[in-house]
Formats: sequence, C-alpha cells, structure tokens
Amino acid sequence: MNKVVENVEVALEGLEDNMTVMLGGFGLCGIPENSIQQMVKTGVKGLTCISNNAGVDDFGLGLLLQEKQIKKMISSYVGENDEFERQMLSGELEVDLIPQGSLAERCRAGGAGIPAFYTPAGFGTEVAEGKEVRDFNGKPHILEMALTADFAIVKAWKGDTEGNLIFKATARNFNPMMAMAGKITVAEVEELVPAGELDPNEIHTPGIFVQRIFQGEKFEKRIEQRTVRPKE
Amino acid sequence: MSLDKTGIAKRIAQELRDGWYVNLGIGIPTLVANYIPEGIEVEFQSENGILGMGPFPIDGDEDADLINAGKQTITALKGAAYFDSAMSFSMIRGQHVQLTVLGAMEVAQNGDIANWKIPGKMVKGMGGAMDLVASADNIIVAMMHANRAGQSKLLKECSLPLTGVNCVKKVVSNLAVMDIKDGKFHLVERAPGVSVEEIIAATEGELVVPENVPEMVL
Repeated sequence: MNKVVENVEVALEGLEDNMTVMLGGFGLCGIPENSIQQMVKTGVKGLTCISNNAGVDDFGLGLLLQEKQIKKMISSYVGENDEFERQMLSGELEVDLIPQGSLAERCRAGGAGIPAFYTPAGFGTEVAEGKEVRDFNGKPHILEMALTADFAIVKAWKGDTEGNLIFKATARNFNPMMAMAGKITVAEVEELVPAGELDPNEIHTPGIFVQRIFQGEKFEKRIEQRTVRPKE
Repeated sequence: MSLDKTGIAKRIAQELRDGWYVNLGIGIPTLVANYIPEGIEVEFQSENGILGMGPFPIDGDEDADLINAGKQTITALKGAAYFDSAMSFSMIRGQHVQLTVLGAMEVAQNGDIANWKIPGKMVKGMGGAMDLVASADNIIVAMMHANRAGQSKLLKECSLPLTGVNCVKKVVSNLAVMDIKDGKFHLVERAPGVSVEEIIAATEGELVVPENVPEMVL
C-alpha cells in the first residue's frame, strides 16, 4: 500500500487546534524537524504534545513553545530549555512530567492495545499521586495508563513507499513506540526509497503503523552538546 | 584534601566488577567511564538507546544521530547495539543492568533520593532517574557532601520532592564513602587527609562510625 504523500503540508493535513500530538526524538536527536517547522507555519495551537523533551529555546519543539502553540506538555525532562522551564514555573504551560521509561511504555502500550500497566518507577514520589498502588512480589508498583494521540509524528533515517521505517543509531529512541500509538502516524524520512529496496530483516517499524510518509526537505540535525576528543 | 569530581569518579570506578552492564548518569557519573580498573570488562548502557557506549568522537567525526543520555556526542564500541526507549527501559526495569551511578541533590539515611526538582525554583524533570532507582539493585550516588550554601546533602529525611524511596545503597562524596543500611549512613572510607570529625560535622543524617575508618586508596 502506498503511503507516500507529496510534502509536509499534505502530511499534516487534518492536524487541528487542541489535538494531542506525539513527537519522536530525544533532545534534538531524531526529531521530526520538517513537521515541527510546518506546525509553526500553520500556527496550529492549543496542542497537547507528548515528547520526551521540548527541544531547545530556538529549535525543535522549543519553536512551538516560543509561539505559545502548546497548551500542555507530557515529557520526562525539561533540561536546558529555559523557555520551557519559565512557562512551566509561571503556570502558563501545563506540564505532566513522567519517568522516561514510563513514558516510553505508555506509548508502546497505547499502540499495543494494553490499556494500562504496573511499574515500580515513581512509587513514593509525586508521580504516584492519585495512582493505584499494588504490590507484586512484595514490591509496590503504580498503575500507569496507556497514551495515544491524534497524530504521531516520527522521524526515520530510511523509509519505503509502504511506510516501513529504519532508524539510525540513537535517533531511534521514542520514534518506534510513538509510531504505534498515533491515530494518524506521519513519518518524515531522510531517504525515501521504493518498496523492495529495504531489507525486510532490517525494518524497525513495519509500515502497518504508518499512514503517511514523506521525504523531508531539509534536515539540520543540530547537535545539542558537541563533545569531542582532539585529533591525535 | 577533599576529592574533586575526578577523584569521586575514580573511587566509584573501584566498585566496578567484571561482566557488569552499567548505567552512568549525567555529570560526575559520566567520568567513571574514564577510570575502569585494569583487567575488568564492563559495558555502558545509555538509556536513550545504546549498549556499548564508547568515548567522545575525534573532532570532526561527531554524529548528530549518536548521543548519550546527556545529549553529548559519543561513539559506539565494537559489539555495540542500538535500541528504542521501550527496550532500553526493559533492560533497566527488568534488572539486566547491574549498576546505576547517578548524582543527587539530597540523599536520606533510609536510602531515599531527590534529584529532579526544587519547588518553585527549578525543574529539570526526572528523565530516566525514577525508572533507574526504582528497579536497580545496586545504586551508587556520586555527589558533593554539601550544597553550595554549605548545607549537608546527607540528611535524616529529604526535603525536596523524591526521585525514589529506600533505594540508594552507597554514596561516594568528596569527603567519604558511605554505605546505607538499616536506615543509617555507615562510614566506610574517608577521602585522603579528611578526618572522621570533618565527615561527622558535614553529615546531618545519622552516621555510624566504626573504630577504624581507612583512607581511600586512589
């Protein structure tokens, strides 16, 4: 089945105000840059964004925060994003901070038809407030609910016309689980190839999870912390 | 002389055992990788999705798609593996990782740890820390004994929002190595030139001091 759409405009058709959107990536690594730029352009607002981070002040999801297009963030780490921290502390932005592993599993569960699961992460902390606690093997666990989204937007290294995806190195991160959990999953890829060119043995995300795929126009792939050793 | 960050990392490196998979947190813990004792093979897991993490790349070889959990550019060693975040935390929650080393703002004598939020002032987020401390059997905290205001970070009870409860087993600070058991800190070693009295004075939580407290050998 051909999932290819012409460009980012078509890929994000139907993404409207007040929707819930999952965005893949860890820090600035493996984020759907082209789709984020397009969301800034369309001015879509009131969004609930599910993403491990919120980019940096001037790149990634930080761009949507600057424009106040996000109503609520569901994330695990604010980190070095000053604007995110400022909007959160001032109460302008609603933020649900959850453990990174729980975030990943909640997305996976959402895509896998598992409504909720128990995890030890967060027991005895703020994260457990209002959540069911149950002991297994003598150890307390909390009940975490699955997450789904109106749109899941992911970024892959290679993809084919069927929507099969291959990610590169640590740019994989949240992308495969989010791809599973979107009502409409959009994949932007660095390299779009005809069906048959990717080895089926090497597919990370099978095309069944992807509704729309397009070749990203430009990938800046900004590095957040450039750490190197000197040439010897 | 109290230890600097490098000294703390060197001392923690002595805790590594052959064949362990190890997760190192951001900050001082990251430095531990530089001091693996000779004859010991360990593999580093970074929760964003790599097992077999290597050193920083040679200048010019950095790859935006290859980073660690601190968002720093890294390399992959021979035999490395990449995976997604759900699988990464399966390794962690499933206790396939033998040692977790992380930093903290506060540690309590019952093993509680706080390291993600100062209400009203600063919110970093917990990232993977809550998953790590809730599941790891072996957790070592690397930190300075006191905060910038000079107050002890080793407390009877944490005052900041918790990251995990009853989980820290060992603390290596700039002054001492301490085990946590039976709801108390137990002094194990002192930093070179640091007296037992200094450590007692700098520790707010209950500290059990044995008769003989050896000096660290680094």
